[in-house]
Amino acid sequence: MRRRSADTGLIDMAAATAAVACFAFAPWAYVGDARSGLAWVLDGRWPIAIPILACLATAWLARGGFATARARCAFSGLGAAALLLYGFFPFDGRPSLALGFGAAVTGSALVWQAARALAAAGAFKADRWVATTTVSIFAAVVLFVLFPVVQALLAAFFDRNGSFDLTLVLQRFTARDIWATDCLYSDRACGVVVNTFVLGALAGLISTMLGLAFALLAQRGGLKNTKIFDALSVLPIITPPFVIAMALVVLFGRTGVVTTFLDNYFYIPRSRWIYGLPGVLIAQVLSQTPLSYMILRGALQGIAPSLEEAAQTLRATRWRTFATVTWPLLRPAVAASVLLGFVESLADFGNPVVLGGSFEVLSTKVYFAVAGAQYDPGRAAILALILLAMTLSAFWTQSMWLGRNSFVTVTGKGDNGVPPPLPKGVRRAALGVVVPWVVLTVALYGVIAIGGFVTDIGRGAMTPTVKHFMTGFSVEMTANGLFFSGSAWDSFFVTVAVAAVAAPITTLIGILTAYVLSRHNFIGRGAFEFVTMLAFAIPGTVIGVAYIAAFNTPPVELAGTGLILVICFVFRNMPVGVRAGLAALSQIDKSLDEASTTLGATTGVTVRRVTLPLLKHAIVATMVFSFVHAMTAVSAIVFLVTARYNMATAYIVNRVDAGEYPLAIAYSSLLILFMLLVMLAIQLIVGERKLGRRGVPASPVGLGAH
Amino acid sequence: MTRAASVRFVNVSKLYGGVRAVNNVSFEVAAGTLVTLLGPSGCGKTTTLRLVAGLERASSGQIFIGDEDVTALGAAERDVSMVFQSYALFPHLNVLDNVMYGPLASGAKRAEAQDMARDKLGLLGLAGFESRLPSELSGGQQQRVAVARAIVLEPRVLLFDEPLSNLDARLRRKVRDEIRELQQRLGLTVLYVTHDQQEALAVSDKVIVMDNAVIAQEGAPQELYERPCSRFLADFIGESNLIDGEFRTQDGRAEFHASGVSIPLGVTHVPPGAKTVALRPDRIRLRKATSAPLSIARRVYLGHSWEYTLAAPWGELLVVAPIRDEALPPGQAVELDIDPGAAIPLER
Repeated sequence: MRRRSADTGLIDMAAATAAVACFAFAPWAYVGDARSGLAWVLDGRWPIAIPILACLATAWLARGGFATARARCAFSGLGAAALLLYGFFPFDGRPSLALGFGAAVTGSALVWQAARALAAAGAFKADRWVATTTVSIFAAVVLFVLFPVVQALLAAFFDRNGSFDLTLVLQRFTARDIWATDCLYSDRACGVVVNTFVLGALAGLISTMLGLAFALLAQRGGLKNTKIFDALSVLPIITPPFVIAMALVVLFGRTGVVTTFLDNYFYIPRSRWIYGLPGVLIAQVLSQTPLSYMILRGALQGIAPSLEEAAQTLRATRWRTFATVTWPLLRPAVAASVLLGFVESLADFGNPVVLGGSFEVLSTKVYFAVAGAQYDPGRAAILALILLAMTLSAFWTQSMWLGRNSFVTVTGKGDNGVPPPLPKGVRRAALGVVVPWVVLTVALYGVIAIGGFVTDIGRGAMTPTVKHFMTGFSVEMTANGLFFSGSAWDSFFVTVAVAAVAAPITTLIGILTAYVLSRHNFIGRGAFEFVTMLAFAIPGTVIGVAYIAAFNTPPVELAGTGLILVICFVFRNMPVGVRAGLAALSQIDKSLDEASTTLGATTGVTVRRVTLPLLKHAIVATMVFSFVHAMTAVSAIVFLVTARYNMATAYIVNRVDAGEYPLAIAYSSLLILFMLLVMLAIQLIVGERKLGRRGVPASPVGLGAH
Repeated sequence: MTRAASVRFVNVSKLYGGVRAVNNVSFEVAAGTLVTLLGPSGCGKTTTLRLVAGLERASSGQIFIGDEDVTALGAAERDVSMVFQSYALFPHLNVLDNVMYGPLASGAKRAEAQDMARDKLGLLGLAGFESRLPSELSGGQQQRVAVARAIVLEPRVLLFDEPLSNLDARLRRKVRDEIRELQQRLGLTVLYVTHDQQEALAVSDKVIVMDNAVIAQEGAPQELYERPCSRFLADFIGESNLIDGEFRTQDGRAEFHASGVSIPLGVTHVPPGAKTVALRPDRIRLRKATSAPLSIARRVYLGHSWEYTLAAPWGELLVVAPIRDEALPPGQAVELDIDPGAAIPLER
């Protein structure tokens, strides 16, 4: 009654067949040349045949079962190495070829064969499914995260001619505009590192304070309706990061609505105060506060009310209970929130580029070192390296801190206690902060909502008009059907297409990675975990710089294609899926997997029929997040867009640059509306999880970097 | 069912890092019998069960199911099913789909799988519950679904991991008897893990007691209860008074002396070197005396019996007396009557 799943080598054979077919018929190289691998070999480029022969040899050996495992490892590994090596260093003296479809299929076939051979040799507990999944993801992450980032950062150590130069490195590293601290004691500008650090620290602290005030009021404030908080907390997720900056300029810029009002009625002179640290800070705090709110509210919910009740029965006053029980239990989450705010501020590109003025931060400086008039990749690399070091140390601090100080655990046990209301003083202070903040948020989104429908809200010209939408989104009826003549349509369609293609791939890779990490132990697991989470820590500007540097030349030449946008999003957003998957998997008992296995299911069947159905909500959440992130991201994208493949956010940033605020605002409001509709539609389709009493409400997941 | 097979462990060890969870264990479960693995938590019994299932791989030694060496096979390849402590019912599948899962995963046709599942659900009295979700069932029903799902593939060996621990006390006895009845009716080979010694005595053909990663003793329930081979076993299975002293032989009859109290033993053979005696509290009878080294210190009413704690020269002695006996007041001096054969001499 039980089927044995022996490895008959069928899959290896299938992989080899696919590789050979593509070798014979599909274009081997990328761009401009449709010749197949076979044609290239006949043309004298014999090394192209090596990987194909290795692939065939492995497939032939695979019929032999376990005995040939080591030989298969060697053949498939050598084949893959030969493929890459010939790509980077064409050892027959010809110019190197950009790898295309045929090469990609052959490479994938070899990676699969290598994974199966490793499993046959006993690695991954001899589980072929786990081996294939892990090795494939690992190879992809190394190719699309580790390789470009390392290559780009290495540029810091070489001069323009490509020779290693230590004095130049030191010179670049110690440049005055990086480290200067003049602004602390004079009116000269500080170095970019000081600016970035001060901005990040302030953004982290202030957004956490605000988030805490919101969370305390929502959980303990005795407010009737806290739905507005939750609604406000969704907004920044679907708001492209620079949109807030734009709205701030409209309100508080030199000709802004509020500025004009104050000038006319209170004789407060117009100024450009919003450009620089204050403006960037306000914008960042506005987008970060809701994330802090979600973290801290979750932590507050995680504190068992019975603990606080215990304190009260021990004669502690409300204030004393708060100070001695609630606050200490909350502290780790507060620290996590501060650090996350810091990291998000470092990674932010959209707000400083719109509002920074002469106030420079690392992310913008990296951009201008690559895209500006003073093109200097070495300088960009050293700045990126510093930015990466700052981000990684923040993450490291966070994991060290959280590793030792996490008291809040969700046991799933019911707690019948009722949390005590806030002390009066705390409640009043929280309300005092929260109310003006909500007013400001509503005003800013009000600007976005109506800005597209008036002549020029930035200059106070409030005549209603639809001309901005006509410019961007007009549609004409022609003899050939609809013609999308608006200037923004192209970027909109590309954005939706890229996001829609990237989202399912992101989800698949992210969730499978989470599954492998949470359910399987194998040699190299630590390295696997590190590279998959690395993408999360790397700021978008660094990724953008890295992609441009690494994928502009053969063997992996992708710059200027739509594919590079998809790949960029997949690996930028994958960690969101990993986190969502890990969180959801920690709620699912391992015995379910084991039950499936003892009933004769292979790992693949278990994943398909038990794990993935139970992860439905994490999958949907990841899908939504990666779709939305792909539509709102700016930092990495500004390096990768082209005239042919332009993205909505890049298009809007360019409009802002050109001073066309109304069109930018009109486009932004449309984007926000579109994403809201997508999220609502998905919510309607997916509905509530029906697992009866055991059902756990889906929690908000993912704190992605823009 | 004739598919039932024996299970045999030959010098099996399982190491986690440097810790031996199972240390050089050998035993056999005869085909068609129910054998219990009993022991305190952390003794290695659950690891042993998971080794049979293939959920853990042995670090050394061999595992046989029937005549086949399965040491290198994974859980999906062994003809073994398991009922999990948490039941591990797939929460997104209804009762029928849960039970059909095994046949489908093993490549059966849908209609065939459905017939097999309905057959076993009927056997366990679950007909009519097919379309319920696990969360819509009571604890006892969930347990039966888990059993149905495990036996649907007619495994050669069926494993139970503390199957009663999530049930309330009243239901426990009923389900326990159902499991035993099912095992005997279908002639299944069952390996059953529990930490509850009463449960083990009640259901088993043979009990294997584990302690500290090794087998402490194995045997039929009665044998284990009446002839424990160590202090640990005498105390772990049932309650015992463990008294240190010395054994003497007078007129061919053995006596036990401890702190000036002598206890006549019904046995003639005392292993050399024995220094301890184990006395079951319910096999001691109390007699009023005028003055004796023993007296009643405390008395507890338990409904079906009296529980006396006696003050003795070596400390305390626990005695359980039937409720119909005359209640003795605290302070009363007493003498002991010990049933022949009730005192168990122990070497350690």
